[in-house]
Amino acid sequence: MSKVIEGLHYAESHEWVKVEGEIAVIGISDYAQHALGDIVYVDMPEVGDEVTAGEDFGAVESVKAASDLFCPVSGEVVEINEALEESPEKINEDAYSTWIIKVKMSDPSEVNALLDAATYTKLCENE
Amino acid sequence: MEQEIKKTCLHDRHVAMGALMSPFAGFDMPIQYKGITEEHNAVRHHAGVFDVSHMGEVRVTGKDACRFVNHIFVNDVTGAPDGQIYYGMMCYENGGTVDDLLVYKVKDDEYFLVINASNIDKDVAWINKNSEGFDVKIEDQSPYYGEVAVQGPEAEAAVERLLGIAVKDIPFYNFVTLPMSGEDIIVSRTGYTGEDGFEIYGSHDFIRNVWDKLIKGGVEPCGLGCRDTLRFEVGLPLYGDELTDEISPIEASLSMFVKLDKPEFIGKAALTAQKAEGVTRRIVGLELEGNAIPRHGYPVEVNGEQVGEITTGYRSISTGKSVAMAMIKKPFDKLGTEAEVRIRKKTFPAKVVKKRFYDKNYKK
Repeated sequence: MSKVIEGLHYAESHEWVKVEGEIAVIGISDYAQHALGDIVYVDMPEVGDEVTAGEDFGAVESVKAASDLFCPVSGEVVEINEALEESPEKINEDAYSTWIIKVKMSDPSEVNALLDAATYTKLCENE
Repeated sequence: MEQEIKKTCLHDRHVAMGALMSPFAGFDMPIQYKGITEEHNAVRHHAGVFDVSHMGEVRVTGKDACRFVNHIFVNDVTGAPDGQIYYGMMCYENGGTVDDLLVYKVKDDEYFLVINASNIDKDVAWINKNSEGFDVKIEDQSPYYGEVAVQGPEAEAAVERLLGIAVKDIPFYNFVTLPMSGEDIIVSRTGYTGEDGFEIYGSHDFIRNVWDKLIKGGVEPCGLGCRDTLRFEVGLPLYGDELTDEISPIEASLSMFVKLDKPEFIGKAALTAQKAEGVTRRIVGLELEGNAIPRHGYPVEVNGEQVGEITTGYRSISTGKSVAMAMIKKPFDKLGTEAEVRIRKKTFPAKVVKKRFYDKNYKK
């Protein structure tokens, strides 16, 4: 079964957010990495790009298909995980310790609209 | 009303092994077991087994069987020795492709056609419709046959050792019919991976038994995911991507299978004209710079203007390169042409290359 971690916020589109002050650390869930299969490429935005909650900011690609990444929060990209350029499979290995981007949130209250671990677990069970 | 999804005779095996299942051509099929990369590499370096029971089988028998097959098929089966297999297409009058298929020559008055699962109903209707005036009997035997493909450099040893079938002396693109367990089974040295290997056809019970023996013997179970990455790397077309009812074999760069010197076949006039006058577009290979992955339908551009689109694309598992097959307008199909592939919001430089990204390893 897919792992869901307490304390993170989840989007229905299977991204997770970890809040560190005004910074949102964003990745994809274990459920998502499992559904995608072997991840071979992560298309990331550039540092300084503006992102908007609910809009795509890149894609995760498995051998088979590309899957858009949707940003759970709005703000400015302050860091991207450059290690993923060489080793995208890190997401398969541990989806929660492998973040994709960090966003300086313009509206931290957007996090409140995301799902908690229990609700997200139910969502995955029903998919 | 939605059509009920079909199951192959090995469906329970896939589910029990925890395969990722997905609908394909009306069947609930395994996409992967352990992972596409691992299964792909097993076939390139060892041996893998695929459930391809969804494929269609049509038997053509009768006095006019040879003449009829030559009428609907672009390759030439005239004078074929018994046991020989031909790859080719059935075309419409306008040159568009009905399907690509294998034709097994059983004997002068009997041929066995293997067609794509997604096209079974359409093909059977087409074959029947065009059989008027020919003394032939056409039987859709798809529901009867199960089929597995055993592929890879160790496939021959696996089939001999685990199934006790003598296949060593079957030449490439040949088959044998063997009596086993009270039925006639078919074994051919064919496949869709670019590796040596065999395709085995028999009753559902027989194929279940074959599958169980191969899996127990350590042959890697492989899903449709790596079937596609494997065929793609060696430049083999997939109906729906590189061939469609709107794409002719000439446009698909498969003219070597179209025998225009045959007296007659459906589509001959259109294909002859395409060959003589040249086509306006053609399937080519593309190699991208960088790591982005081209996918089916992505636009290909030259100087900001669209000149074609991707038909299949992957990060090649065997070479690590981002490569694609693409339908490109002339004159941008020339080897070495520089183009760009639009992937989401960005474009990536690409170059036209040969569409064989990995060398075939057939035993001929």
